[in-house]
Amino acid sequence: MKRILFTLIAISILSISFGQEHSGKDKSIPSVVLKDMNGKTINTAELAANGPVIISFWATWCAPCKRELNTIQDLYTDWQEEFGVTLVAVSIDDEKTKNGVPTYVNGRGWEYIVLMDPNSDFRRAMGVNNVPHTFLINKEGTIVYSHNNYAPGDEELLYKEMLKLKSN
Amino acid sequence: MKKLLSLSFLIIGFFAHSQLDRGNFTGNIESIFQYLNKDSIIGATQPTSKGLLNSYMNVYYTHGNFRGGLRFESYLPRIQGYPTAFDGTGLGMRYVGYGNKFIDVTAGNFYEQFGSGLALRAYEDRALGYDNMLDGIRVKLTPYRGITIKGVYGLQRLAFRSGIQHSNGTVRGGDAEFNINDIFQSLQEKQLKVVVGGSFVSKFQEDTDETLILPQNVATYGGRLGLRYKGFTLDGEYVTKGQDPSVDNNFIYNTGFATVVNAGYSRKGLGIMLSAKSVDNMSFRSDRTKIMQDVLINYLPALTKTHTYNLVSSLYPYATQPTGEIAFQGEIVYTIPKGTKLGGKYGTTLNLNASTAFRPKRTPNPTFETDSSGVAYTTRPFAMSDSLYWLDVNASISKKFTKNFNMIFSYYHIVLNNNVGAVTKQEGNIKSNTFVLELGYKFKNRSSLRTEMQMMFVNRINDNNDHVRWNAPGAKATDNGDWATLMVEYTINSNWMVSIMDQYNFGHYDKSKRAHHPYFTVGYVTGPTRVMASYGRQRAGMFCVGGVCRYVPASNGLTLSVTHSF
Repeated sequence: MKRILFTLIAISILSISFGQEHSGKDKSIPSVVLKDMNGKTINTAELAANGPVIISFWATWCAPCKRELNTIQDLYTDWQEEFGVTLVAVSIDDEKTKNGVPTYVNGRGWEYIVLMDPNSDFRRAMGVNNVPHTFLINKEGTIVYSHNNYAPGDEELLYKEMLKLKSN
Repeated sequence: MKKLLSLSFLIIGFFAHSQLDRGNFTGNIESIFQYLNKDSIIGATQPTSKGLLNSYMNVYYTHGNFRGGLRFESYLPRIQGYPTAFDGTGLGMRYVGYGNKFIDVTAGNFYEQFGSGLALRAYEDRALGYDNMLDGIRVKLTPYRGITIKGVYGLQRLAFRSGIQHSNGTVRGGDAEFNINDIFQSLQEKQLKVVVGGSFVSKFQEDTDETLILPQNVATYGGRLGLRYKGFTLDGEYVTKGQDPSVDNNFIYNTGFATVVNAGYSRKGLGIMLSAKSVDNMSFRSDRTKIMQDVLINYLPALTKTHTYNLVSSLYPYATQPTGEIAFQGEIVYTIPKGTKLGGKYGTTLNLNASTAFRPKRTPNPTFETDSSGVAYTTRPFAMSDSLYWLDVNASISKKFTKNFNMIFSYYHIVLNNNVGAVTKQEGNIKSNTFVLELGYKFKNRSSLRTEMQMMFVNRINDNNDHVRWNAPGAKATDNGDWATLMVEYTINSNWMVSIMDQYNFGHYDKSKRAHHPYFTVGYVTGPTRVMASYGRQRAGMFCVGGVCRYVPASNGLTLSVTHSF
């Protein structure tokens, strides 16, 4: 019984890696229904409907996440003009800290679209281990770049990726 | 056999995709290896196996309306401080699902939350070692725009022993939510937004007790309301629970309740939030004999800020008392605008937060011992005593001086009633004052430096454990005394970083225990992959995520970790 199980597991993993080779980079955003800070429901699969999107997973208790999003805030207007990009900040704060999200977002004056993922459904679907984790999605809805962690200067990598997107 | 069937189902799915269409794979991997040494100064022991390993890999697949997923887990054995409910290697999650615009069905494992989770929340936190997922079936219906109906029926994951071990009880429930502005087209553009919802959750566990007649079915139900008007928000939920004698409440026959109310106002540059919570006898588990973090069906959020600096986050944190507490929290975030005298070129952000928790006021039942009601006391929502469980007042100021130089200064005043939310052996209240200065500097060559300087001062006690002034005769520092942390992190480029941290309890009353805890880390990040190696001493402390904490013993040794997302 066990042996059969493991054979099946091995096959499934092989099949996964095979699938990976095929799908390569054209991985699209999984569909999860989330709410924004106003309680409006949004299907994540439709996020890239109006042009390229940066999806950044963060939390109010995550210092590097806030460093990243506060840094991008100073560049955001320029990025929007240059690339027509929208930043979607997905908060994985759960019920304990969720109420602090609008307080922080508005207190900081962020102009991003903020989505609430209180039970980490979207986080799981996107395969995010830990925050911050940032994705760049082109206007076809395909994930073209992703980066875990934030170190000062990583926003320049993201900028370069957007330049690549634009030149394509 | 069941496992085999579901697996084959998944595999068929995987093959189907490679033949016809691509489908979509996502997932992640995490692996943590530890090699630990004995270190008698900090009380660290060497595990008998010397090496420890935690690993997992999630694979999620979606193809059109179909989806499936699985997770392999390995604890060979589990890393230091990880809950004992994790052991062995095997399959820890598997599900298949189908969804269209009207119906969405998941069979197998799933995570779910009703409302704010007071009635039901199945979730995971792998870093913490928390996983109370359900295994059964979930159906979600969207019969009309703005209406969501959910039904769940399943067994909870109790432990992992080379496979899922289920809890004794069955969990079933339903939830409905109505977004009024979406349902009625005429209200769509109105400034006032209204969402109402209600949930019902019931558990079944057989009564095998020989002396007590235990309710085999216990229900929790409640309603919630959310209002938004311009910058104002008001959310509230109230749930009540039937008689549920358990180890948590010493087998009393009281009913329980929980309510949380949140109010907020925000506009650009200013955010204000106020929360209040009242909980009594609200521990709700699918097995009445379980304790700690096992098989909780609901989630009672602690109304405290989740702190990030290690001394304040891990020495004296607070977790909700599910048997009863009344708690309040308030927070203000204000950014002094750019270009003003105080705001400077980049603006200055001020953050003020306060939270507190008290014991509920209860009127004991005078005939508890003789009547057969089993009701130990009566109480009502927000009836509080003056017995303090927790107090936290903290403030921080964040300032960017130039394009390359920024600072955050924070102060925390925390009082923890260690008789209630015990985190150490010390009796009574533990008071602490902590100061943290964080500085960040970005060099021209794109490397950057960040430092954290933290100082925590605890209260002084005399031989009778009374709080006394720091310079009173015979005064000694409570618990493990005062602590300092110095951390320097150097990011060489977008791939490499190194950091060194030392935690030092310079104020321990026993001079032989004033130990340094040096810790070195090297990290490499490329895209979605992160590899880290750390070596050094880690002090004992609480590791908390979202108000759920676990104790991590002191350790000395090597930790290697790899994470990757795909």
